[in-house]
Amino acid sequence: MSHAATTPRPKSLKTARLPRGSAWGIALLSVLLGSGIGLLAGLGNKVQWGLLAALLFVVITYTAAAAVEGRRQARDRVATSVIWVTFVLAVIPLASLLYETVKRGAKVFDGYFLGHSMGVVADTEPGGGIYHAIIGTLEQVGLATVMSVPLGLLTAIYLVEYGRGRLAKAVTFFVDVMTGVPSIVAGLFVLSFWILILGFDFSGFAGSLALSILMIPVIVRSTEEMLKLVPNELREASLALGVPKWRTILKVVVPTSIGGITTGVMLAVARITGETAPVLLLVWGNSFINTNPFEGEQASLPLYIYQQYANSSGEGAAYDRAWAASLALIAFVMILNLVARGIARWKAPQSGR
Amino acid sequence: MDISTKSDTAPPPPPTVVPLEPGSRRPSVRLGDRIFLGLSRGSGILLLLIMAAIACFLAYRAALVLAKNDGNFLTTFEWEANGDPPVFGIAVLAFGTVVSSVIAMVIAVPVAVGIALFLTHYAPRKLSGPIGYAIDLLAAVPSIVYGLWGVLVLVPHLNGLYGWLDTYFGWTGILDWQGGAPRSLFTVGILLAIMILPIVTNVSREVFRQVPLAHQEAALALGATRWEVIRMSVLPFGRSGIISASMLGLGRALGETMAVATVLSPEFVIRTSLLDPGGGTFAQNIASKFSEATVQGQDALIASGLVLFVITLLVNGAARAIIARRKEYSGANA
Repeated sequence: MSHAATTPRPKSLKTARLPRGSAWGIALLSVLLGSGIGLLAGLGNKVQWGLLAALLFVVITYTAAAAVEGRRQARDRVATSVIWVTFVLAVIPLASLLYETVKRGAKVFDGYFLGHSMGVVADTEPGGGIYHAIIGTLEQVGLATVMSVPLGLLTAIYLVEYGRGRLAKAVTFFVDVMTGVPSIVAGLFVLSFWILILGFDFSGFAGSLALSILMIPVIVRSTEEMLKLVPNELREASLALGVPKWRTILKVVVPTSIGGITTGVMLAVARITGETAPVLLLVWGNSFINTNPFEGEQASLPLYIYQQYANSSGEGAAYDRAWAASLALIAFVMILNLVARGIARWKAPQSGR
Repeated sequence: MDISTKSDTAPPPPPTVVPLEPGSRRPSVRLGDRIFLGLSRGSGILLLLIMAAIACFLAYRAALVLAKNDGNFLTTFEWEANGDPPVFGIAVLAFGTVVSSVIAMVIAVPVAVGIALFLTHYAPRKLSGPIGYAIDLLAAVPSIVYGLWGVLVLVPHLNGLYGWLDTYFGWTGILDWQGGAPRSLFTVGILLAIMILPIVTNVSREVFRQVPLAHQEAALALGATRWEVIRMSVLPFGRSGIISASMLGLGRALGETMAVATVLSPEFVIRTSLLDPGGGTFAQNIASKFSEATVQGQDALIASGLVLFVITLLVNGAARAIIARRKEYSGANA
């Protein structure tokens, strides 16, 4: 350590470091150099300038840090910047997606759009709205929720409170596997079973059957996690008082974790609301208002987006409507997400993990 | 008040000892308990039945049409399932599905691991909560909206990248670009990568959080830099977690429908170059052929769906098996 010998004070137990903020300095330098080289070499594409600057940043950081701090620190700095870059990479698409949706969607998004159907509006004409699609989506998702919640809750209760042995293991495994069933396969299953074999027609209810197949495993999973968080002392206290097990579960265990369960259900609802594929196969779509989910084709928000887009050739009234409907759908899903997480935080069980 | 009056008026009852019969430790099961257990076990069994039913009904409908198929289901490069006799094969679809998902994995997994490390080890405490939340929101965006965004933003922006790849790597053959609109399997892979990023990130983040602090502190105490801590204690501990996270992501990518159907310009051919438009995936093919399909055509689509179902089942099952094995070691769920 010749460095320590030359410094007058013995304070230098610290090894030499690059000055604070040097990362920003190097970043600025490499951006300048990158654009300079890009300009001189006549690279037309700004992305290439950026790549050049990023490359320069890594090289300069490494050499500077290696010279001052040593190899290992240099490698650490490079790793740090690479990890920051991955994060920025992930943020770009999210930001761009939200920006485009709001910008394009705001064009025709108003009260009229929300309150009218596409009844007599041709695809190329302006006007029309998503009222019928909102009704369809709400009914389909509502029915799916009504079917999945009891089934999901009971299964989760079985797994946490009763489950021992082979059956419980099998159920756990298949719930996990079921989480990964592609939505289009769920749609095909209901198609083969409900429509082709039993001979029913396309309807909102057929769609909600498929949606509930997608929803149940999500609910089971999240409910299971929540029930596991309930401290055993509560169960034991209740059982010790002579309360039967089923009442203990209904009056003690479930109420304790009801916040988390609600959150899980809402997240599941948010997830299936955006599902297009099963709806495409089973509900078919309809430009008129059909409030009866059990009979006849219905519309649905994600399906509406797809159909408007498919009929639009990338511009014009239908294209604008597709984006406006996307805005409505994203807003709905995100609000649901926010509320669900709010509930989770507000009702979180007192015991930590 | 309440307590004192109670204790005054009601003296504690004499302790009654319930005599336990030797040999029977369980009290007789109450009716309510039996009903409740039956209900909850029944719904568990119902779930198993649903999974079995999915496999059976798909297989039944598929068998109906496969018997009539005039082509070879595995090798025919054609999809004329409405014809009489029908001719269809899944070679193109299997190729497209695997290729686009693999591209998605290659891009998404390193980035997702990076983000997960960022959230657990690099980000300032105050930032990591909101960022994790933003990643969750990314997962909540419906896939059809990703599709619209892909066509509007991603596809035009890829012209530059395609040109660059073609100039410098065109000689490889697989990155040769004829100049068509960049709506190829490669673009689909990039879009899928963005879509599976959240799930891979979330699972890896959970694993990295479970890395015992003692391991990391030990490494730090020996003078390791932060990167060395990650390389020597975090990544080895999280390896199986990363693998299973990737496979969960792969499962998602394999079955993704609407985003692929909007972005890809499908054609029933296998192109040697990833950058040329054409090809297709199972899910995309089902979605785009469905509206014109006759009952027989629908059955053919169901047959291809069955293949997709089996593939995702295997991938997800493997991922879950890896996770389950890890849980036993970690003791985090004790």
